[in-house]
Amino acid sequence: MSAQIVTITSGKGGVGKTTAIASLGIALASRGQKVVCIDGDIGLRNLDVIMGLENRIVYDIVDVVEGRCRLRQAMIRDKRMPELFLIPAAQTRDKTALSPSDMLRLGDELREVCDWVLIDSPAGIERGFKNSIAPADRVLVLTNPEISAVRDADRVIGILESEEKGSPSLILNRVNSEMVKRQEMLSPEDVLDLLAIDLIGVVPEDQGVLVAANRGMPIALEENSKAGQAFRNIAARLMGEDIPFMDLDSSDGLWKRISKLTGRS
Amino acid sequence: MQTETDLIQIKGLRDGLLITLASGEWRALQDLLFTQIDQRSSFFRGARLALDVGSQVLRVAEMSKLRDELSEREVSLWAVLSESPKTIQTAQLLGLATRISKQRQQVEKTSRPAEKGRDENALWVPRTLRSGTRIEYAGHVVVQGDVNPGAEIVAGGNILVWGRLRGSVHAGASAGEQQASLNSGASVSALDMKPARLQIADQIANLPKKVQVKSPQVIGLKDGEFLVKPWQGK
Ligand SMILES: Nc1ncnc2c1ncn2[C@@H]1O[C@H](COP(=O)(O)OP(=O)(O)OP(=O)(O)O)[C@@H](O)[C@H]1O
Ligand SMILES: [Mg+2]
Repeated sequence: MSAQIVTITSGKGGVGKTTAIASLGIALASRGQKVVCIDGDIGLRNLDVIMGLENRIVYDIVDVVEGRCRLRQAMIRDKRMPELFLIPAAQTRDKTALSPSDMLRLGDELREVCDWVLIDSPAGIERGFKNSIAPADRVLVLTNPEISAVRDADRVIGILESEEKGSPSLILNRVNSEMVKRQEMLSPEDVLDLLAIDLIGVVPEDQGVLVAANRGMPIALEENSKAGQAFRNIAARLMGEDIPFMDLDSSDGLWKRISKLTGRS
Repeated sequence: MQTETDLIQIKGLRDGLLITLASGEWRALQDLLFTQIDQRSSFFRGARLALDVGSQVLRVAEMSKLRDELSEREVSLWAVLSESPKTIQTAQLLGLATRISKQRQQVEKTSRPAEKGRDENALWVPRTLRSGTRIEYAGHVVVQGDVNPGAEIVAGGNILVWGRLRGSVHAGASAGEQQASLNSGASVSALDMKPARLQIADQIANLPKKVQVKSPQVIGLKDGEFLVKPWQGK
């Protein structure tokens, strides 16, 4: 096996990285892929909660790196998907407990045992962020259609470019097409126009996300959720499929315009 | 490709040097810094050094090691500037300054002949400047790409943006403390002119919020007033 390592990062906090990692993990696993999600937010772990696995934690990523357990022992198997695993963050340490070279080593070891490694980066551009991007083959920058979030995403993209990480792809989360229509929210076009990177997904604002999170059920498990569908589509695109962008609101043509922008049908 | 000069910027201050490090792996940056110093040891010997480490988080052990290694090279570290509260705290613990005065920060006006005829020098930037990037150059600056909100250019000469200008720009900036070196003949040109802030010499433009046409423009000063001209191909 030779896994692809994908990191999601954002600059600004609270934009939906953890939500996205949990859902992409579920969506890839339900396509028969073997997936390991890593919580890169040392000291503020919460991917375990969103995935509903907090009660099963015995060892964490720092235990692996410091040799207190084997890699396998820190991989918690998901309740629903036998091919989905979580390596939790350490809650009682800080981000200096890991270094980028620790992450590179861990990434290399994981490459041999699964198809995908998904890393949930903490917000910011400091150590935890650097650790999370170090082993990545591909970086997804996630943002909301909000000026401050977009500004931070731009900053992060600049750093990724200068670290020769290649151009990242964009996930635009929490788009409310009603608000875009009333011009109360930046449109996907505005965001793409500024960031000028490839778009891999547009996820609508969906109240179900919070409800699902509180139940430890990533939104991708909800058949009828549009946000869930958007994450399933991103998973398919990661696997190289050419999936058209959803028509979330047929009345305003917004999604058609996005398709045109990205050259997808 | 990032070159070494992107990672390490060296400026002369009135009483020493200011070195600004880009973000990156600390070990690698430190090695690069030592290599630079070793290659130009006669230039650096005896220098007082202020080091701007950006958001790099440095602990006491790392910073004191750095100071020792520098002093072995006869460079004395007296200040560490950083955005990271932890790093600032470390510097304070080691008795280093964490701020340098505005006056000091201004680049020393060097007497190199090239600087006098600043018309001759241009910095070529073949990429988009994203938020958080700052370019400072004594001559002209030419950007082939956009200047995004949150990016900043300070140039002694003209600024030309072959792209969209939405960040802040200062053309004709003084290269030293003397007002005399301000260049009020400088101009700012862009294919799409929507700067967050625009200054020429010591004049700050009062730009209308809703900006007009999406066509190339040149902005300069005439008798202390801003003059906006559409660019006409001849
Ligand atoms: N598409 C969406 N619609 C509605 N709410 C959402 C959506 N995506 C995320 N949220 C909500 O936004 C909040 C923050 O999400 P999340 O914890 O995933 O962000 P994060 O980027 O991981 O935050 P941090 O930077 O703190 O790690 C949560 O309450 C989540 O339920
Ligand atoms: Mg998170």
